Amino acid sequence: MLERRGFSALLYDRIVPIGVVVAVIVVLWYGFAVLLNAQFERDQAARAKTEITTSQLIERTLSQDRPLLPAPHQVVSEIWDTTVMKKITSKRSLVYHGWITLSSTLLGFLMGTVLGISLAVAIVHSKVLDRSLMPWIIVSQTVPILAIAPVIIVVLNAIGISGLFPKALISTYLSFFPVAVGMVKGLRSPDVMHLDLMRTYNSSAAQVFWKLRWPASVPFLFTSMKVAVAISLVGAIVGEMPTGAVAGLGARLLSGSYYGQTIQIWSALFSAAVLAAVLVMLVDLVSRIVLRRMGMAQ
Amino acid sequence: MSVVIEAKGLDLTFGTGEGAVHALADIDLSIESGEFVSLIGPSGCGKTTLLRVIADLEKPTGGTISVNGVSPEEARLARAYGYVFQAAALYPWRTIAGNISLPLEVMGMSKAERQQRIAKNMELVNLTGFEKKFPWQLSGGMQQRASIARALSFDPDMLLMDEPFGALDEIVRDHLNEQLLKLWAQTKKTVVFVTHSIPEAVFLSTRIVVMSPRPGRIHEVIDCDLGDDRPLDIRETPKFLEIAHRVREGLRLGHSYED
Ligand SMILES: Nc1ncnc2c1ncn2[C@@H]1O[C@H](COP(=O)(O)OP(=O)(O)OP(=O)(O)O)[C@@H](O)[C@H]1O
Ligand SMILES: [Mg+2]
Repeated sequence: MLERRGFSALLYDRIVPIGVVVAVIVVLWYGFAVLLNAQFERDQAARAKTEITTSQLIERTLSQDRPLLPAPHQVVSEIWDTTVMKKITSKRSLVYHGWITLSSTLLGFLMGTVLGISLAVAIVHSKVLDRSLMPWIIVSQTVPILAIAPVIIVVLNAIGISGLFPKALISTYLSFFPVAVGMVKGLRSPDVMHLDLMRTYNSSAAQVFWKLRWPASVPFLFTSMKVAVAISLVGAIVGEMPTGAVAGLGARLLSGSYYGQTIQIWSALFSAAVLAAVLVMLVDLVSRIVLRRMGMAQ
Repeated sequence: MSVVIEAKGLDLTFGTGEGAVHALADIDLSIESGEFVSLIGPSGCGKTTLLRVIADLEKPTGGTISVNGVSPEEARLARAYGYVFQAAALYPWRTIAGNISLPLEVMGMSKAERQQRIAKNMELVNLTGFEKKFPWQLSGGMQQRASIARALSFDPDMLLMDEPFGALDEIVRDHLNEQLLKLWAQTKKTVVFVTHSIPEAVFLSTRIVVMSPRPGRIHEVIDCDLGDDRPLDIRETPKFLEIAHRVREGLRLGHSYED
Protein backbone atom coordinates (compact mmCIF):
# COMPACT_ATOMS: atom_id res chain seq x y z
CA MET A 1 0.00 0.00 0.00
CA LEU A 2 1.15 3.45 -0.87
CA GLU A 3 1.02 5.60 2.21
CA ARG A 4 0.26 9.27 1.91
CA ARG A 5 1.96 11.67 4.21
CA GLY A 6 1.83 15.30 5.30
CA PHE A 7 0.01 17.68 3.05
CA SER A 8 -0.85 15.09 0.48
CA ALA A 9 -2.53 12.96 3.18
CA LEU A 10 -4.42 15.99 4.43
CA LEU A 11 -5.50 16.78 0.88
CA TYR A 12 -6.74 13.33 -0.03
CA ASP A 13 -8.07 12.16 3.32
CA ARG A 14 -9.69 15.37 4.47
CA ILE A 15 -9.94 18.26 2.07
CA VAL A 16 -11.08 16.36 -1.01
CA PRO A 17 -13.87 14.31 0.62
CA ILE A 18 -15.11 17.20 2.74
CA GLY A 19 -14.90 19.52 -0.24
CA VAL A 20 -16.98 17.16 -2.38
CA VAL A 21 -19.68 16.91 0.29
CA VAL A 22 -19.78 20.69 0.73
CA ALA A 23 -20.01 21.19 -3.05
CA VAL A 24 -22.92 18.75 -3.30
CA ILE A 25 -24.73 20.49 -0.44
CA VAL A 26 -24.22 23.93 -2.00
CA VAL A 27 -25.53 22.75 -5.37
CA LEU A 28 -28.59 21.15 -3.79
CA TRP A 29 -29.14 24.25 -1.71
CA TYR A 30 -29.18 26.51 -4.78
CA GLY A 31 -31.59 24.09 -6.39
CA PHE A 32 -33.99 24.23 -3.47
CA ALA A 33 -33.64 28.00 -3.18
CA VAL A 34 -34.77 28.39 -6.78
CA LEU A 35 -37.61 25.90 -6.33
CA LEU A 36 -38.93 27.36 -3.09
CA ASN A 37 -38.63 31.00 -4.03
CA ALA A 38 -39.95 30.63 -7.58
CA GLN A 39 -43.62 30.78 -6.64
CA PHE A 40 -43.24 34.26 -5.18
CA GLU A 41 -41.57 35.55 -8.36
CA ARG A 42 -44.24 33.97 -10.55
CA ASP A 43 -46.96 35.59 -8.44
CA GLN A 44 -45.18 38.91 -8.70
CA ALA A 45 -44.91 38.58 -12.44
CA ALA A 46 -48.55 37.54 -12.74
CA ARG A 47 -49.64 40.49 -10.65
CA ALA A 48 -47.58 42.86 -12.78
CA LYS A 49 -48.93 41.05 -15.86
CA THR A 50 -45.44 40.48 -17.26
CA GLU A 51 -43.69 37.40 -18.53
CA ILE A 52 -40.38 36.40 -17.06
CA THR A 53 -37.83 34.14 -18.68
CA THR A 54 -36.32 31.22 -16.85
CA SER A 55 -32.98 32.93 -16.47
CA GLN A 56 -34.67 36.03 -15.05
CA LEU A 57 -36.63 33.82 -12.70
CA ILE A 58 -33.54 32.10 -11.43
CA GLU A 59 -31.70 35.35 -11.02
CA ARG A 60 -34.54 36.88 -9.02
CA THR A 61 -35.14 33.84 -6.82
CA LEU A 62 -31.55 34.09 -5.68
CA SER A 63 -31.63 37.75 -4.76
CA GLN A 64 -34.90 38.24 -2.91
CA ASP A 65 -35.05 40.43 0.17
CA ARG A 66 -37.05 37.99 2.23
CA PRO A 67 -36.73 34.67 0.48
CA LEU A 68 -38.35 31.53 1.77
CA LEU A 69 -34.92 29.95 1.53
CA PRO A 70 -32.00 32.33 1.16
CA ALA A 71 -29.27 31.34 -1.28
CA PRO A 72 -25.84 30.44 0.13
CA HIS A 73 -24.17 33.58 -1.17
CA GLN A 74 -26.83 35.74 0.51
CA VAL A 75 -26.16 34.09 3.86
CA VAL A 76 -22.41 34.35 3.37
CA SER A 77 -22.55 38.02 2.51
CA GLU A 78 -24.91 38.72 5.45
CA ILE A 79 -22.50 36.97 7.78
CA TRP A 80 -19.61 38.92 6.27
CA ASP A 81 -21.49 42.19 6.68
CA THR A 82 -22.44 41.52 10.27
CA THR A 83 -19.09 40.20 11.45
CA VAL A 84 -16.14 41.69 9.62
CA MET A 85 -17.84 44.87 8.46
CA LYS A 86 -19.48 45.83 11.76
CA LYS A 87 -17.91 47.10 14.92
CA ILE A 88 -18.23 44.35 17.49
CA THR A 89 -19.98 46.73 19.88
CA SER A 90 -22.72 47.33 17.32
CA LYS A 91 -26.11 45.80 18.03
CA ARG A 92 -26.08 44.50 14.48
CA SER A 93 -22.79 42.67 14.86
CA LEU A 94 -23.04 38.89 14.90
CA VAL A 95 -19.81 38.78 16.88
CA TYR A 96 -21.49 40.82 19.59
CA HIS A 97 -24.54 38.53 19.66
CA GLY A 98 -22.34 35.44 19.39
CA TRP A 99 -20.34 36.60 22.39
CA ILE A 100 -23.49 37.13 24.47
CA THR A 101 -24.60 33.59 23.69
CA LEU A 102 -21.12 32.15 24.11
CA SER A 103 -20.64 33.66 27.55
CA SER A 104 -23.83 32.18 28.93
CA THR A 105 -23.04 28.90 27.16
CA LEU A 106 -19.66 28.72 28.87
CA LEU A 107 -20.99 29.70 32.28
CA GLY A 108 -23.82 27.16 31.98
CA PHE A 109 -21.44 24.49 30.73
CA LEU A 110 -19.09 25.11 33.63
CA MET A 111 -21.88 24.96 36.20
CA GLY A 112 -23.40 21.91 34.49
CA THR A 113 -20.08 20.08 34.51
CA VAL A 114 -19.47 20.84 38.18
CA LEU A 115 -23.03 19.86 39.08
CA GLY A 116 -22.84 16.68 36.99
CA ILE A 117 -19.56 15.62 38.57
CA SER A 118 -20.81 16.36 42.09
CA LEU A 119 -23.97 14.35 41.54
CA ALA A 120 -21.97 11.45 40.11
CA VAL A 121 -19.58 11.48 43.06
CA ALA A 122 -22.49 11.46 45.50
CA ILE A 123 -24.27 8.68 43.63
CA VAL A 124 -21.21 6.48 43.39
CA HIS A 125 -20.48 6.79 47.10
CA SER A 126 -23.97 6.29 48.46
CA LYS A 127 -26.47 3.55 47.64
CA VAL A 128 -29.27 5.66 49.07
CA LEU A 129 -28.45 8.59 46.81
CA ASP A 130 -28.08 6.24 43.86
CA ARG A 131 -31.64 5.03 44.39
CA SER A 132 -33.14 8.40 45.26
CA LEU A 133 -31.33 10.76 42.88
CA MET A 134 -30.97 8.77 39.70
CA PRO A 135 -34.69 8.60 38.86
CA TRP A 136 -35.04 12.37 39.32
CA ILE A 137 -32.04 13.03 37.13
CA ILE A 138 -33.60 11.00 34.37
CA VAL A 139 -37.05 12.54 34.83
CA SER A 140 -35.52 16.02 34.66
CA GLN A 141 -34.53 15.37 31.05
CA THR A 142 -37.93 14.12 29.98
CA VAL A 143 -39.45 17.54 30.70
CA PRO A 144 -39.20 19.53 27.46
CA ILE A 145 -36.72 22.36 27.86
CA LEU A 146 -38.99 24.65 25.84
CA ALA A 147 -41.53 24.36 28.65
CA ILE A 148 -39.01 24.85 31.45
CA ALA A 149 -37.02 27.70 29.96
CA PRO A 150 -39.69 30.45 30.13
CA VAL A 151 -40.56 29.42 33.67
CA ILE A 152 -36.96 29.74 34.83
CA ILE A 153 -36.41 33.04 33.04
CA VAL A 154 -39.66 34.58 34.22
CA VAL A 155 -39.36 33.41 37.81
CA LEU A 156 -35.78 34.62 38.11
CA ASN A 157 -36.69 37.89 36.46
CA ALA A 158 -39.46 38.33 39.01
CA ILE A 159 -36.99 38.11 41.86
CA GLY A 160 -34.65 40.49 40.14
CA ILE A 161 -32.16 38.13 38.56
CA SER A 162 -31.78 38.71 34.86
CA GLY A 163 -29.20 38.72 32.10
CA LEU A 164 -26.51 36.09 31.89
CA PHE A 165 -27.34 33.89 34.85
CA PRO A 166 -30.88 32.70 34.03
CA LYS A 167 -29.79 31.72 30.52
CA ALA A 168 -26.74 29.95 31.88
CA LEU A 169 -29.04 28.08 34.24
CA ILE A 170 -30.90 26.60 31.29
CA SER A 171 -27.61 25.47 29.80
CA THR A 172 -26.77 23.97 33.17
CA TYR A 173 -30.09 22.17 33.27
CA LEU A 174 -29.31 20.52 29.96
CA SER A 175 -25.60 19.92 30.33
CA PHE A 176 -25.37 18.42 33.80
CA PHE A 177 -27.18 15.33 32.58
CA PRO A 178 -24.65 13.82 30.17
CA VAL A 179 -21.87 14.68 32.62
CA ALA A 180 -23.64 13.04 35.56
CA VAL A 181 -24.46 9.89 33.61
CA GLY A 182 -21.00 9.66 32.02
CA MET A 183 -19.22 10.25 35.31
CA VAL A 184 -21.28 7.68 37.20
CA LYS A 185 -20.16 5.20 34.58
CA GLY A 186 -16.58 6.48 34.66
CA LEU A 187 -16.24 6.44 38.45
CA ARG A 188 -17.55 2.88 38.42
CA SER A 189 -15.26 1.81 35.58
CA PRO A 190 -12.25 0.53 37.58
CA ASP A 191 -12.23 -3.25 37.53
CA VAL A 192 -12.35 -5.43 40.62
CA MET A 193 -8.64 -6.11 40.56
CA HIS A 194 -7.75 -2.42 40.61
CA LEU A 195 -10.13 -1.90 43.53
CA ASP A 196 -8.86 -4.97 45.40
CA LEU A 197 -5.33 -3.67 45.00
CA MET A 198 -6.24 -0.48 46.86
CA ARG A 199 -7.91 -2.61 49.51
CA THR A 200 -4.74 -4.58 50.11
CA TYR A 201 -2.99 -1.28 50.87
CA ASN A 202 -5.64 -0.41 53.45
CA SER A 203 -6.35 2.82 51.59
CA SER A 204 -9.00 5.33 52.60
CA ALA A 205 -12.09 6.08 50.51
CA ALA A 206 -10.55 9.43 49.59
CA GLN A 207 -7.40 7.70 48.33
CA VAL A 208 -9.46 5.23 46.30
CA PHE A 209 -11.27 8.19 44.79
CA TRP A 210 -8.30 10.36 43.92
CA LYS A 211 -5.87 7.64 42.92
CA LEU A 212 -8.25 5.28 41.15
CA ARG A 213 -11.83 6.34 40.45
CA TRP A 214 -11.09 9.89 39.39
CA PRO A 215 -8.27 9.17 36.88
CA ALA A 216 -10.18 6.18 35.54
CA SER A 217 -13.17 8.41 34.82
CA VAL A 218 -11.31 11.11 32.88
CA PRO A 219 -11.96 9.64 29.39
CA PHE A 220 -15.65 9.34 30.30
CA LEU A 221 -15.65 12.93 31.54
CA PHE A 222 -14.36 14.30 28.26
CA THR A 223 -16.77 12.25 26.19
CA SER A 224 -19.70 13.63 28.16
CA MET A 225 -18.26 17.16 28.13
CA LYS A 226 -18.31 17.10 24.34
CA VAL A 227 -22.03 16.42 24.42
CA ALA A 228 -22.54 18.87 27.28
CA VAL A 229 -20.88 21.83 25.59
CA ALA A 230 -22.97 21.47 22.44
CA ILE A 231 -26.16 21.09 24.42
CA SER A 232 -25.19 24.11 26.55
CA LEU A 233 -25.22 26.24 23.43
CA VAL A 234 -28.70 25.00 22.60
CA GLY A 235 -29.73 25.87 26.15
CA ALA A 236 -28.35 29.39 25.89
CA ILE A 237 -30.13 30.00 22.59
CA VAL A 238 -33.40 28.63 23.93
CA GLY A 239 -32.93 30.83 26.99
CA GLU A 240 -32.69 33.91 24.78
CA MET A 241 -36.05 33.31 23.15
CA PRO A 242 -38.89 33.32 25.67
CA THR A 243 -38.50 36.81 27.09
CA GLY A 244 -37.80 38.50 23.81
CA ALA A 245 -34.23 39.05 24.82
CA VAL A 246 -32.56 41.82 22.89
CA ALA A 247 -29.18 40.24 22.44
CA GLY A 248 -27.69 36.87 21.60
CA LEU A 249 -28.02 34.46 18.70
CA GLY A 250 -31.39 33.34 20.05
CA ALA A 251 -32.63 36.92 19.99
CA ARG A 252 -31.40 37.25 16.39
CA LEU A 253 -33.35 34.12 15.47
CA LEU A 254 -36.44 35.44 17.18
CA SER A 255 -36.34 38.97 15.77
CA GLY A 256 -35.51 37.53 12.38
CA SER A 257 -38.68 35.49 12.48
CA TYR A 258 -40.79 38.41 13.74
CA TYR A 259 -39.85 40.48 10.75
CA GLY A 260 -39.52 37.68 8.22
CA GLN A 261 -35.79 38.31 7.94
CA THR A 262 -34.92 34.85 6.73
CA ILE A 263 -31.39 35.81 5.77
CA GLN A 264 -30.80 37.00 9.31
CA ILE A 265 -32.27 33.77 10.71
CA TRP A 266 -30.05 31.65 8.52
CA SER A 267 -26.91 33.54 9.32
CA ALA A 268 -27.66 33.27 13.05
CA LEU A 269 -28.26 29.55 12.57
CA PHE A 270 -24.96 29.17 10.78
CA SER A 271 -23.08 31.11 13.40
CA ALA A 272 -24.60 28.90 16.08
CA ALA A 273 -23.59 25.76 14.18
CA VAL A 274 -20.05 27.01 13.68
CA LEU A 275 -19.83 28.03 17.32
CA ALA A 276 -21.01 24.57 18.42
CA ALA A 277 -18.50 22.87 16.15
CA VAL A 278 -15.67 25.03 17.45
CA LEU A 279 -16.62 24.38 21.07
CA VAL A 280 -16.80 20.63 20.55
CA MET A 281 -13.46 20.67 18.74
CA LEU A 282 -11.89 22.65 21.56
CA VAL A 283 -13.08 20.15 24.17
CA ASP A 284 -11.83 17.37 21.94
CA LEU A 285 -8.45 19.04 21.64
CA VAL A 286 -8.12 19.46 25.41
CA SER A 287 -9.23 15.86 25.81
CA ARG A 288 -6.51 14.63 23.44
CA ILE A 289 -3.82 16.63 25.20
CA VAL A 290 -4.87 15.51 28.68
CA LEU A 291 -5.26 11.87 27.71
CA ARG A 292 -1.89 11.85 25.98
CA ARG A 293 -0.29 13.31 29.09
CA MET A 294 -1.99 10.59 31.14
CA GLY A 295 -0.73 7.88 28.81
CA MET A 296 -4.30 6.98 27.89
CA ALA A 297 -4.49 8.33 24.34
CA GLN A 298 -6.09 5.84 21.98
CA MET B 1 10.45 -20.30 63.29
CA SER B 2 7.08 -18.76 63.95
CA VAL B 3 3.77 -19.61 62.38
CA VAL B 4 2.58 -16.88 60.04
CA ILE B 5 -0.58 -18.36 58.57
CA GLU B 6 -2.73 -20.80 60.48
CA ALA B 7 -5.98 -22.11 59.02
CA LYS B 8 -8.20 -24.65 60.78
CA GLY B 9 -11.29 -26.24 59.25
CA LEU B 10 -11.61 -23.32 56.86
CA ASP B 11 -14.78 -23.35 54.80
CA LEU B 12 -16.11 -21.00 52.16
CA THR B 13 -19.35 -21.21 50.21
CA PHE B 14 -20.21 -18.59 47.60
CA GLY B 15 -23.91 -17.78 47.42
CA THR B 16 -26.76 -19.77 48.88
CA GLY B 17 -29.36 -22.31 47.77
CA GLU B 18 -29.33 -23.69 44.24
CA GLY B 19 -26.41 -21.66 42.89
CA ALA B 20 -24.12 -22.08 45.91
CA VAL B 21 -20.51 -22.97 45.15
CA HIS B 22 -18.55 -24.79 47.82
CA ALA B 23 -15.17 -23.24 47.03
CA LEU B 24 -13.19 -24.30 50.11
CA ALA B 25 -13.89 -27.21 52.44
CA ASP B 26 -12.14 -28.11 55.65
CA ILE B 27 -8.80 -26.47 54.90
CA ASP B 28 -6.12 -27.09 57.53
CA LEU B 29 -2.89 -25.35 56.71
CA SER B 30 -0.06 -23.89 58.72
CA ILE B 31 2.69 -21.84 57.10
CA GLU B 32 5.81 -20.76 58.93
CA SER B 33 7.77 -17.60 58.50
CA GLY B 34 10.26 -17.73 55.62
CA GLU B 35 8.54 -20.60 53.86
CA PHE B 36 7.82 -20.67 50.14
CA VAL B 37 4.53 -22.54 49.78
CA SER B 38 2.94 -23.27 46.43
CA LEU B 39 -0.74 -24.02 45.92
CA ILE B 40 -1.32 -26.26 42.92
CA GLY B 41 -4.45 -27.93 41.59
CA PRO B 42 -6.88 -28.04 38.71
CA SER B 43 -8.79 -24.98 37.63
CA GLY B 44 -11.61 -24.07 39.99
CA CYS B 45 -10.24 -25.94 43.02
CA GLY B 46 -10.14 -22.79 45.11
CA LYS B 47 -6.48 -21.70 44.98
CA THR B 48 -7.33 -18.08 44.30
CA THR B 49 -10.10 -18.18 46.87
CA LEU B 50 -7.74 -19.47 49.56
CA LEU B 51 -5.20 -16.78 48.74
CA ARG B 52 -7.93 -14.14 48.85
CA VAL B 53 -9.11 -15.39 52.24
CA ILE B 54 -5.57 -14.99 53.57
CA ALA B 55 -5.53 -11.48 52.09
CA ASP B 56 -8.93 -10.61 53.60
CA LEU B 57 -10.37 -10.04 50.14
CA GLU B 58 -12.86 -12.83 50.87
CA LYS B 59 -14.48 -13.79 54.17
CA PRO B 60 -14.62 -17.50 55.05
CA THR B 61 -18.02 -18.93 55.97
CA GLY B 62 -16.58 -21.39 58.48
CA GLY B 63 -13.46 -22.35 60.42
CA THR B 64 -10.74 -20.08 61.67
CA ILE B 65 -7.74 -18.42 60.16
CA SER B 66 -5.05 -16.21 61.59
CA VAL B 67 -2.36 -14.21 59.83
CA ASN B 68 0.59 -13.03 61.90
CA GLY B 69 -1.36 -14.14 64.95
CA VAL B 70 -4.29 -11.84 64.24
CA SER B 71 -7.32 -11.97 61.96
CA PRO B 72 -6.73 -11.51 58.21
CA GLU B 73 -8.51 -8.17 58.43
CA GLU B 74 -6.20 -6.84 61.11
CA ALA B 75 -3.25 -8.15 59.13
CA ARG B 76 -4.49 -6.37 56.04
CA LEU B 77 -5.04 -3.15 57.94
CA ALA B 78 -1.46 -3.50 59.20
CA ARG B 79 -0.34 -3.93 55.56
CA ALA B 80 1.19 -7.30 56.31
CA TYR B 81 1.42 -8.57 52.75
CA GLY B 82 2.00 -7.62 49.15
CA TYR B 83 -0.43 -9.17 46.70
CA VAL B 84 0.43 -9.97 43.09
CA PHE B 85 -2.61 -10.61 40.92
CA GLN B 86 -2.83 -13.00 38.03
CA ALA B 87 -2.84 -10.02 35.65
CA ALA B 88 -0.35 -7.22 36.23
CA ALA B 89 -3.18 -4.83 37.15
CA LEU B 90 -1.09 -1.72 36.60
CA TYR B 91 -2.92 1.60 36.47
CA PRO B 92 -2.80 2.70 32.82
CA TRP B 93 -2.55 6.43 33.63
CA ARG B 94 0.52 5.94 35.80
CA THR B 95 4.02 5.41 34.52
CA ILE B 96 5.89 2.34 35.70
CA ALA B 97 7.59 4.40 38.42
CA GLY B 98 4.18 5.91 39.26
CA ASN B 99 2.66 2.46 39.63
CA ILE B 100 5.39 1.29 41.96
CA SER B 101 4.95 4.51 43.87
CA LEU B 102 1.21 3.87 44.42
CA PRO B 103 1.38 1.86 47.66
CA LEU B 104 4.10 4.18 48.95
CA GLU B 105 1.85 7.21 48.38
CA VAL B 106 -1.08 5.47 50.03
CA MET B 107 1.14 4.73 53.00
CA GLY B 108 2.21 8.36 53.17
CA MET B 109 5.94 8.04 52.52
CA SER B 110 7.99 11.11 51.74
CA LYS B 111 8.97 11.86 48.18
CA ALA B 112 12.65 11.13 48.80
CA GLU B 113 11.81 7.81 50.42
CA ARG B 114 9.52 6.90 47.55
CA GLN B 115 12.14 7.70 44.93
CA GLN B 116 14.75 5.65 46.67
CA ARG B 117 12.41 2.66 46.97
CA ILE B 118 11.24 2.93 43.37
CA ALA B 119 14.83 2.91 42.12
CA LYS B 120 15.77 -0.02 44.33
CA ASN B 121 12.82 -2.19 43.37
CA MET B 122 12.99 -1.38 39.69
CA GLU B 123 16.56 -2.53 39.74
CA LEU B 124 15.55 -5.68 41.58
CA VAL B 125 13.20 -6.71 38.77
CA ASN B 126 15.54 -5.48 36.03
CA LEU B 127 13.40 -2.61 34.85
CA THR B 128 15.81 0.27 35.41
CA GLY B 129 15.42 2.73 32.54
CA PHE B 130 11.72 2.14 32.09
CA GLU B 131 10.60 4.50 34.87
CA LYS B 132 8.85 6.96 32.57
CA LYS B 133 7.18 4.40 30.31
CA PHE B 134 3.47 3.73 30.51
CA PRO B 135 2.30 0.13 31.03
CA TRP B 136 1.10 -0.33 27.45
CA GLN B 137 4.61 0.45 26.24
CA LEU B 138 5.95 -2.64 28.04
CA SER B 139 5.70 -6.34 27.21
CA GLY B 140 3.53 -8.62 29.33
CA GLY B 141 6.55 -10.00 31.16
CA MET B 142 7.86 -6.55 31.96
CA GLN B 143 4.44 -5.48 33.22
CA GLN B 144 4.31 -8.48 35.50
CA ARG B 145 7.78 -7.65 36.80
CA ALA B 146 6.59 -4.10 37.49
CA SER B 147 3.65 -5.48 39.45
CA ILE B 148 6.05 -7.57 41.51
CA ALA B 149 8.21 -4.51 42.16
CA ARG B 150 5.04 -2.73 43.27
CA ALA B 151 4.23 -5.50 45.74
CA LEU B 152 7.79 -5.45 47.06
CA SER B 153 8.13 -1.68 47.22
CA PHE B 154 6.76 -1.29 50.73
CA ASP B 155 8.77 -4.26 51.94
CA PRO B 156 6.01 -6.49 53.32
CA ASP B 157 7.10 -9.62 55.19
CA MET B 158 4.71 -11.72 53.19
CA LEU B 159 4.05 -12.08 49.46
CA LEU B 160 0.83 -13.55 48.14
CA MET B 161 1.18 -14.33 44.44
CA ASP B 162 -1.64 -15.61 42.25
CA GLU B 163 -0.23 -17.26 39.12
CA PRO B 164 2.00 -14.27 38.50
CA PHE B 165 3.78 -15.91 35.57
CA GLY B 166 0.80 -17.78 34.15
CA ALA B 167 0.54 -15.78 30.94
CA LEU B 168 4.24 -15.70 30.11
CA ASP B 169 6.32 -17.83 27.78
CA GLU B 170 8.68 -20.51 29.11
CA ILE B 171 11.91 -18.54 28.72
CA VAL B 172 10.66 -15.43 30.47
CA ARG B 173 9.05 -17.61 33.09
CA ASP B 174 12.30 -19.46 33.81
CA HIS B 175 14.09 -16.17 34.11
CA LEU B 176 11.53 -14.70 36.50
CA ASN B 177 11.50 -17.91 38.53
CA GLU B 178 15.24 -17.60 39.05
CA GLN B 179 14.91 -13.96 40.02
CA LEU B 180 12.09 -14.67 42.43
CA LEU B 181 14.07 -17.47 44.04
CA LYS B 182 17.07 -15.19 44.45
CA LEU B 183 14.92 -12.51 45.94
CA TRP B 184 13.33 -14.94 48.36
CA ALA B 185 16.74 -16.29 49.39
CA GLN B 186 17.95 -12.75 50.06
CA THR B 187 14.95 -11.45 51.93
CA LYS B 188 13.52 -14.59 53.55
CA LYS B 189 10.01 -13.36 53.03
CA THR B 190 7.13 -15.76 53.44
CA VAL B 191 5.68 -16.52 50.02
CA VAL B 192 2.37 -18.15 49.14
CA PHE B 193 2.39 -18.85 45.44
CA VAL B 194 -0.40 -20.13 43.22
CA THR B 195 0.58 -21.97 40.06
CA HIS B 196 -0.62 -24.49 37.49
CA SER B 197 2.88 -25.58 36.60
CA ILE B 198 4.41 -28.58 38.37
CA PRO B 199 8.03 -27.73 37.47
CA GLU B 200 7.54 -24.17 38.64
CA ALA B 201 6.09 -25.33 41.96
CA VAL B 202 8.90 -27.83 42.57
CA PHE B 203 11.60 -25.42 41.51
CA LEU B 204 10.46 -22.63 43.81
CA SER B 205 8.85 -24.14 46.87
CA THR B 206 9.79 -25.48 50.23
CA ARG B 207 6.36 -27.09 50.41
CA ILE B 208 3.72 -27.84 47.79
CA VAL B 209 0.04 -27.94 48.68
CA VAL B 210 -1.87 -30.11 46.21
CA MET B 211 -5.54 -29.22 46.07
CA SER B 212 -8.53 -31.03 44.60
CA PRO B 213 -11.78 -29.56 43.36
CA ARG B 214 -15.49 -29.66 44.23
CA PRO B 215 -15.36 -28.83 47.01
CA GLY B 216 -11.88 -27.31 47.08
CA ARG B 217 -9.81 -29.15 49.66
CA ILE B 218 -6.20 -29.96 50.40
CA HIS B 219 -5.39 -33.33 48.95
CA GLU B 220 -1.79 -33.61 50.02
CA VAL B 221 1.11 -31.49 51.24
CA ILE B 222 4.46 -32.44 49.74
CA ASP B 223 7.81 -31.34 51.20
CA CYS B 224 10.18 -30.03 48.62
CA ASP B 225 13.61 -30.15 50.29
CA LEU B 226 15.87 -29.27 47.39
CA GLY B 227 17.96 -26.91 49.51
CA ASP B 228 18.60 -23.22 49.04
CA ASP B 229 20.88 -23.42 46.03
CA ARG B 230 18.73 -24.12 43.00
CA PRO B 231 20.21 -23.51 39.56
CA LEU B 232 17.80 -23.96 36.65
CA ASP B 233 19.29 -27.33 35.71
CA ILE B 234 18.35 -28.75 39.07
CA ARG B 235 15.19 -29.59 37.16
CA GLU B 236 16.97 -32.51 35.49
CA THR B 237 18.16 -34.11 38.75
CA PRO B 238 16.51 -37.35 39.94
CA LYS B 239 15.44 -35.75 43.22
CA PHE B 240 13.60 -32.94 41.40
CA LEU B 241 11.93 -35.41 39.03
CA GLU B 242 10.89 -37.59 41.92
CA ILE B 243 9.16 -34.71 43.71
CA ALA B 244 7.56 -33.61 40.45
CA HIS B 245 6.30 -37.14 39.97
CA ARG B 246 4.74 -37.17 43.44
CA VAL B 247 2.99 -33.86 42.76
CA ARG B 248 1.67 -35.23 39.48
CA GLU B 249 0.41 -38.38 41.22
CA GLY B 250 -1.24 -36.27 43.88
CA LEU B 251 -2.98 -34.16 41.28
CA ARG B 252 -4.17 -37.26 39.45
CA LEU B 253 -5.53 -38.93 42.59
CA GLY B 254 -7.16 -35.73 43.73
CA HIS B 255 -8.86 -35.48 40.38
CA SER B 256 -9.93 -39.08 39.87
CA TYR B 257 -12.94 -39.43 42.14
CA GLU B 258 -14.97 -36.80 40.44
CA ASP B 259 -15.58 -38.23 36.98
N1 LIG C 1 -16.93 -14.29 43.73
C1 LIG C 1 -17.35 -15.54 43.46
N2 LIG C 1 -18.66 -15.83 43.44
C2 LIG C 1 -19.10 -17.08 43.17
N3 LIG C 1 -18.30 -18.11 42.92
C3 LIG C 1 -16.99 -17.91 42.92
C4 LIG C 1 -16.43 -16.61 43.18
N4 LIG C 1 -15.07 -16.68 43.12
C5 LIG C 1 -14.81 -17.97 42.81
N5 LIG C 1 -15.94 -18.72 42.71
C6 LIG C 1 -16.01 -20.16 42.44
O1 LIG C 1 -15.23 -20.81 43.41
C7 LIG C 1 -14.51 -21.89 42.84
C8 LIG C 1 -13.06 -21.72 43.11
O2 LIG C 1 -12.59 -20.59 42.38
P1 LIG C 1 -11.08 -20.14 42.39
O3 LIG C 1 -10.99 -18.89 41.58
O4 LIG C 1 -10.58 -20.08 43.76
O5 LIG C 1 -10.37 -21.31 41.60
P2 LIG C 1 -8.83 -21.45 41.19
O6 LIG C 1 -8.31 -22.70 41.81
O7 LIG C 1 -8.11 -20.20 41.47
O8 LIG C 1 -8.99 -21.68 39.61
P3 LIG C 1 -7.98 -21.21 38.47
O9 LIG C 1 -6.84 -22.14 38.48
O10 LIG C 1 -8.80 -21.37 37.23
O11 LIG C 1 -7.62 -19.79 38.73
C9 LIG C 1 -14.87 -21.91 41.36
O12 LIG C 1 -15.87 -22.89 41.16
C10 LIG C 1 -15.40 -20.54 41.11
O13 LIG C 1 -16.38 -20.57 40.10
MG1 LIG D 1 -7.24 -18.62 40.25
